[in-house]
Amino acid sequence: MNLLKELRERAGNSKLTWPLVALLTIMLFNLFYRPEFFSIEVKEGHLFGSLIDILNRGAPLMLLSLGMTLVIATGGIDLSVGPVVAIAGATAAYLIGHGTHGQDITNTPLPLVILAALLIATAGGLWNGLLVSRVGLQPIIATLILMTAGRGIAQLITEGQILTVYYSPYHYIGLGHLLALPFTVFVVAAVFLLFWFLTRRTALGLFIESIGVNDSASFYSGISEKNVKLLVYTLSGFCAGIAGLIVSSEIKSADANNAGLWFELDAILAVVLGGTSLDGGRFSLAGSILGALIIQSLTTTIYSVGVPPEVIMVVKAMVIMAVILLQSKRFRQAFKPIIGAFLSLTRRGRSLLRTTRLPSGESASE
Amino acid sequence: MIEKLRFFRKYLPLIATIGLFILMFALTSVAFPAFFSLQVFFNLLNDNMFVLISAIGMTFVIISGGIDLSVASVIALTAMVSAWLVEWLNVDPFLTMGLVLLMGTVLGAGMGSLIQYLKIPPFVATLVGMFMARGLCFVISTEYIVIEHPIYRAIANYRIYLGDGFIKPDVVIAFVALPIAIFLLHYTRFGRTVYAIGGDEQSALLMGLPVGRTKILIYTLNGFCSALAGVAYSFYKLSGHGLYAYGRELEVIASVVMGGTLLTGGVGYVLGTLFGVLIQGTIPVIIMFQGTLSSWWTKIVVGLITLFFIVMQRALGATNSRR
Amino acid sequence: MAESAPLLRMKKITKTFPGVTALSDVDFDLRRGEVHALMGENGAGKSTLIKVLTGVERQDMGRIELEGKPVLAKNPHHAQELGISTVYQEINLCPNLSVAENIFIGREPSRFGAIKWRMVNARAEQALDRLDVRVDVTQSLGSYSVAIQQMVAIARALDISARVLVLDEPTSSLAANEVEKLFQVMRKLKEEGLGIVFITHFLDQTYEISDRITVLRHGELVGCYETALLPRLELVSKIVGKELDNLDDVSQLRNSSAKHVSTETLVQARGLGRKGSVKPFDLDLNAGEVLGFAGLLGSGRTEATRLLFGIDSPDSGTLMIDGEEVRRFSPLQFIRRGVGLCPEDRNADGLVDDLTVRENIVLALQSSRGWLRHIPRRQQYEIADKYIEALDIATPSADQTVKNLSGGNKQKVILARWLATDPRILILDEPTRGIDIGTKTEIQKLVISLAEEGKAIVFISSELDEVIRCSHRVKVLREREVVTELVGDEVEEGRIMRAIAGGWEQ
Repeated sequence: MNLLKELRERAGNSKLTWPLVALLTIMLFNLFYRPEFFSIEVKEGHLFGSLIDILNRGAPLMLLSLGMTLVIATGGIDLSVGPVVAIAGATAAYLIGHGTHGQDITNTPLPLVILAALLIATAGGLWNGLLVSRVGLQPIIATLILMTAGRGIAQLITEGQILTVYYSPYHYIGLGHLLALPFTVFVVAAVFLLFWFLTRRTALGLFIESIGVNDSASFYSGISEKNVKLLVYTLSGFCAGIAGLIVSSEIKSADANNAGLWFELDAILAVVLGGTSLDGGRFSLAGSILGALIIQSLTTTIYSVGVPPEVIMVVKAMVIMAVILLQSKRFRQAFKPIIGAFLSLTRRGRSLLRTTRLPSGESASE
Repeated sequence: MIEKLRFFRKYLPLIATIGLFILMFALTSVAFPAFFSLQVFFNLLNDNMFVLISAIGMTFVIISGGIDLSVASVIALTAMVSAWLVEWLNVDPFLTMGLVLLMGTVLGAGMGSLIQYLKIPPFVATLVGMFMARGLCFVISTEYIVIEHPIYRAIANYRIYLGDGFIKPDVVIAFVALPIAIFLLHYTRFGRTVYAIGGDEQSALLMGLPVGRTKILIYTLNGFCSALAGVAYSFYKLSGHGLYAYGRELEVIASVVMGGTLLTGGVGYVLGTLFGVLIQGTIPVIIMFQGTLSSWWTKIVVGLITLFFIVMQRALGATNSRR
Repeated sequence: MAESAPLLRMKKITKTFPGVTALSDVDFDLRRGEVHALMGENGAGKSTLIKVLTGVERQDMGRIELEGKPVLAKNPHHAQELGISTVYQEINLCPNLSVAENIFIGREPSRFGAIKWRMVNARAEQALDRLDVRVDVTQSLGSYSVAIQQMVAIARALDISARVLVLDEPTSSLAANEVEKLFQVMRKLKEEGLGIVFITHFLDQTYEISDRITVLRHGELVGCYETALLPRLELVSKIVGKELDNLDDVSQLRNSSAKHVSTETLVQARGLGRKGSVKPFDLDLNAGEVLGFAGLLGSGRTEATRLLFGIDSPDSGTLMIDGEEVRRFSPLQFIRRGVGLCPEDRNADGLVDDLTVRENIVLALQSSRGWLRHIPRRQQYEIADKYIEALDIATPSADQTVKNLSGGNKQKVILARWLATDPRILILDEPTRGIDIGTKTEIQKLVISLAEEGKAIVFISSELDEVIRCSHRVKVLREREVVTELVGDEVEEGRIMRAIAGGWEQ
């Protein structure tokens, strides 16, 4: 009994609760509406199915949201990830070239292609980081510059064309499988582990959170906030680079106009859904992954329900609004009676109510 | 004497923007004599008024310390709904214009309410608004809707001749909106409250200023401006589509910032916004005249110029604060 | 002389928050033409009482009467309309707007919706004239000093025809002459019949300006006294509520520790200066010694410490720590060399308020080790617990968010942070500001005991008696310059004051 109570308390206090609830809700909806959503088949030794699809398609978003989490945690934001995704893809496609008649060859060895794309993307992140940490620009503006110019750069590389990539080993990145699961899943897992290690097994996580809450105090405590900020933006660029490779590999081409469209917004929303505050400070990598999964499963669900794709945006907007509202304490307080009425229908809901009702008064008198 | 210097320093970003525009205009005229014509200048206005109208509203938002990412989407939505109403539902054009303006105002009020009452950060609230508006465009139609209505066409082709050149009606609209905006900001309590909120919202509250009401009004006003810009845009394009004005919200924001308005809020000039728009509008023209550079360079150059302005703003303002 | 019928009367005010009783049955009254000081430690309930008065909070029980009629302010704006105005410690005006605007915003005279600026500016000048202040009202508020900004805040309050003026810690950021100016204004307003509530920690100022003193403790009323009839020590004991450790103990400790001062020079500065900050100065600091910095606000004390901790880099001179010349100026470098700094503004530069006590305490230690050498969690808790106990930090656990601690405990957390790095040199800039008397004494004793352990301490405080009490030597600063140094017996109030005033010859 005590264990259950403790679990309930932890669930009530954990920031991951609401995102998990949202994700579960989407899953439940699918369960009722299209049970085949959960079916997983094995074809050619690989796993297939809607669930796998979500993981695969959501990989770029998950990667971007990891980088974005750290940036937001320092109190900043990175609006340039979309165009950087495009730049990475464009660079790769450009270096591979397209032979004279779309042959399956490459002008540059694949490892070099990947390296170049990642380098350029990381350089973009570094540029952002320098503007923010050394020149002292506001993140929204600094990354806005690259966001604006970045599209132009990508278009410059591809000369406005869609460059098709015929070199099949390249397709493996986005479309290949490893141990029955899509390769992208492993990429995401690897980056997640790397970030988790960097932030929780070294002092970097503490520094990032400290800077996000109060960068002056962090400076006085000897934290080199300039270097930390430089690092997080660079990492964000790096993530965008990987995402760019995956995206262009999936569509077997580089489309400078459309690649990465809306990605930064999705990434920021994923981070917000995951419980990290836009003001900076405490962050949760797992939360952002959850947020990305929410967005991705939403998209997949909407497609499978048969809603015309045009409507997706609106539905996305509404669902995200709902989650944000639920996360907003104000909203919960104002609508407690209604929400309470719903939740108290179940025992689980009642305990959730009890545990999430935080004492409203902070430090009492002064 | 020190007073004069102080004045100069305070308005330096604004002066720099105006100066830069004049410089750009002059240099380009020297390099490409064909550029130095009244009509070219007028076309600068003709092609960019919708940006200016939207930027006027955005100036209010940014001075108050907020931001609105939905503007370009509302422009697109306005154009789309206008086309839909006029072409598919055969609504009278002027009624249509009135309706879409109302729509923009209501949308703005909605976002303002979210920001004020539910304390959702402006970035997030207007981001969702941006999704919503574009999404609604596609719900109406995934294809273009062309406006054939004679009245719309007449307005779109209407020319007002001034000397050797002509301007379009939206220029008039914009230049009527401009002094109204200046009056609002500098001579009304509403406008001063906007500045106060941007300067220190907490203090504004404690001083008894109607912060909540004003904030909602700001976004409502901006919604109206976006819709008005959308009406101008619909004259420009004579059609509606979900991808119109894609990405232009940044252009709007950049214009405001170039005009000397601080993103942190509390300081800003509508007049500067005008020149910010003009500068951004000049760049693609220069590139076109130049001929060899591809149009992709536009975006890059805009980015770099914006960077220059921000750095300068920073260099001037930064001497006060420690960090 | 003040009239007898009270202007303002608060009766049996009770206010509770979840888990805490902030005010319990508190009475407070204010007469016309009186300055009434409201005193108490942090957590005593002073600010809650004011919040209730000005409509920020609603009392659970009790009545408020203004000029005999019951009133209930719904919000600060309403309170202003009723005639109760507050000037807060943080000024709470808009620095980007002009002086005139700050006075009139929300009430500007207008015609057809258009503000009449000339009238606004003229009336603003009049309003400031009433306070004997003459400045260019068209300039932005932020371009003026805190003292002027405060005057503007007062002018605004008065213009809205205040009958009750509440001043919340108005003198914390003021220099002595500015405080005098403020008191002049207060006396003038007294004569006009205004009632002034003066919240302060400064005993001297209380005795100088107030007619009566009300003391609160733990949310309860201790008593209301005529200032002239209440001896200082009695006031202090009423505020603290227990037999106060005689502050003289601290001086005795200092005297006895003097013999532990070694000849080992840890810090040596020669001609260290920075343009616009502080003029080149010399400094020698030995192990086991407490060096006090005395001087008025703005005299350059904090600026000097910024050089000594690497926040600023000097334009001239050299700095040697432990015999080695310092070439790179950054906090991290200095921390690695064994220097620690408790900054003046503990909220802006000291605390990371959303983090826990544990995280705040290990922060500097962790950064000195670099990001790779992570301190294991278990060790972090050990360190945190050790200092929570050693410094008697009142917190339910090491995982408590620092935001919720009281001022004194926040300061202790910051102290703990630096002590955890085991510094050889510790710079304390206003460690006792805004803290209750009990904790103040604790900290002063701690300073001396740290010196006895062999550390070199730089101690800054605006309260001269604290500096005198704790320091073995004192450097006096005036207008961004070190003017003199006093040692041992020379360290006494008269000489320091004369040095600050400028009549001192070496």
